[in-house]
Amino acid sequence: MIIMEQKPFEEILSFLKDEKSIFIVGCAQCATVCKVGGEEEVKAMKDKLESQGKKVSGWVVIDPACQSVEVKKNFQANKDKITSTDAILVMACGNGVQSVKDSAERIKMEKPVHPACNTLFLGEVVRAGYFEEKCSLCGDCLLEVTGGICPVTRCSKGLLNGPCGGSSEGKCEVDPERDCAWALIYEELKKRRKLDRMKAIQPAKDHSKLIKPRTLTLGS
Amino acid sequence: MLFEALKSGKFVVTSEIGPPKGVEMREILSEAEFFKGKVEAVNVTDLQSSVMKLGSLATCRLLVESGVEPVFQITCRDRNRLALQSDILSAYVLGIRNLLILTGDHPKLGDDPAAKPVFDLDSVQLLEAVKKLQEGEDMAGNKLEGEPPKFFMGAVVNPGADPIEPQIIKMEKKIKAGAQFFQSQAVYEPEKFAQFMKKVKGFDVPVLVGIVLLKSAGMARYMNKNVSGVYVPDPLIEEMEKVEKEKRGEKSIEIAARLIRELKGLCQGVHIMPLGWGNKVPKVLEAAGL
Repeated sequence: MIIMEQKPFEEILSFLKDEKSIFIVGCAQCATVCKVGGEEEVKAMKDKLESQGKKVSGWVVIDPACQSVEVKKNFQANKDKITSTDAILVMACGNGVQSVKDSAERIKMEKPVHPACNTLFLGEVVRAGYFEEKCSLCGDCLLEVTGGICPVTRCSKGLLNGPCGGSSEGKCEVDPERDCAWALIYEELKKRRKLDRMKAIQPAKDHSKLIKPRTLTLGS
Repeated sequence: MLFEALKSGKFVVTSEIGPPKGVEMREILSEAEFFKGKVEAVNVTDLQSSVMKLGSLATCRLLVESGVEPVFQITCRDRNRLALQSDILSAYVLGIRNLLILTGDHPKLGDDPAAKPVFDLDSVQLLEAVKKLQEGEDMAGNKLEGEPPKFFMGAVVNPGADPIEPQIIKMEKKIKAGAQFFQSQAVYEPEKFAQFMKKVKGFDVPVLVGIVLLKSAGMARYMNKNVSGVYVPDPLIEEMEKVEKEKRGEKSIEIAARLIRELKGLCQGVHIMPLGWGNKVPKVLEAAGL
């Protein structure tokens, strides 16, 4: 899941200072779980904007905002409210903001879009309201050799060949509250009698596979 | 030469200086003078503790010019693989022959926590890269022109790490990747170090035990709390605490010399980190009978 938090309201308001009428887009997936772009938050945003003298021409929660076909469907259904508005405020991840912008352009309904959230990381919902980063989308998964614990993400330095000198009693030098990923990997591999995996030298990552922006076409 | 000294089997002494934050070199160059003829080589730290400072490479060159053999410390924190390899080649043409390859502290711990942590390579991968440079190829397999460089290449190990096995696994990987000597994190517990040396006995790579000069009881407590794998036992802290401020220098020398005498039989050399007290290193060596 994409983990995000809402920007301070004053910052959002500053983005909208030249615009009177706003259409709000939320997202029914990650943004809803993170409580920054579900129906509840969208309605609260509508009230807050209206209390600041803005006109909210309408709102929609798209399921999900990162799927172009869903954005287009929802925009067609709200055509009048969107064509009459000055701008769109997207309460979703950074990907959602751009998906909304690009999809609207594809159906000739382009409007300035504004982000309402800061997108933080790809993570696990450990429990309601608590999220942990687990994957960095590195494009070359190492979890098989590291006992299902990602050092690229969970080691603060992304080291591939074992702990640095800052690992102390299973904790990280950056934050003593944080587990050292390599201490976890070591314990896991030891338990599974696979320490030989830790003894093999891991080559450096091939960053040529990670040149941004990445695209993928299925079946090609 | 450090390489020859270690090969000869004699007990080898190295020390360390940290470049200034700024361009005033007088102080560290005069500190380096104390090392002349007393130690085999002098490490130059690379933005130690992630504090932005003048570079290790330039300082190493100034040491070469003043007749002190440097060990160029190079961390993976600030440069990608291109810049690391390039700086290592630059070091060679500047007359630098010893390298010490480290991961580097996280920038979060330094004086500009907003800096981007690079860590394109880790210490094992950088050691391998240098090994390849010495074989006439860069990391990507492209040929180097002319004669390849030749270095004496070291790495670090933390004998006080808990648990110790991951450290030892990594040490073995560093040797496989080309490490020819090790300098250790600071040691204050000879018995624990003896156990560590027993575990790495078969590795057959020289280890220089790290000694950090204790400056005060407060510093010892700070290290106990904040420096991974370093533990200054209470009796040593009390010893420091009991002496008056003016006598701390003498006490520091006495403790370091005592530690060196206790550790000497266990390893191939000592790496003294004076943290600005370079002028005390000759006295430490004298008191340790070296």
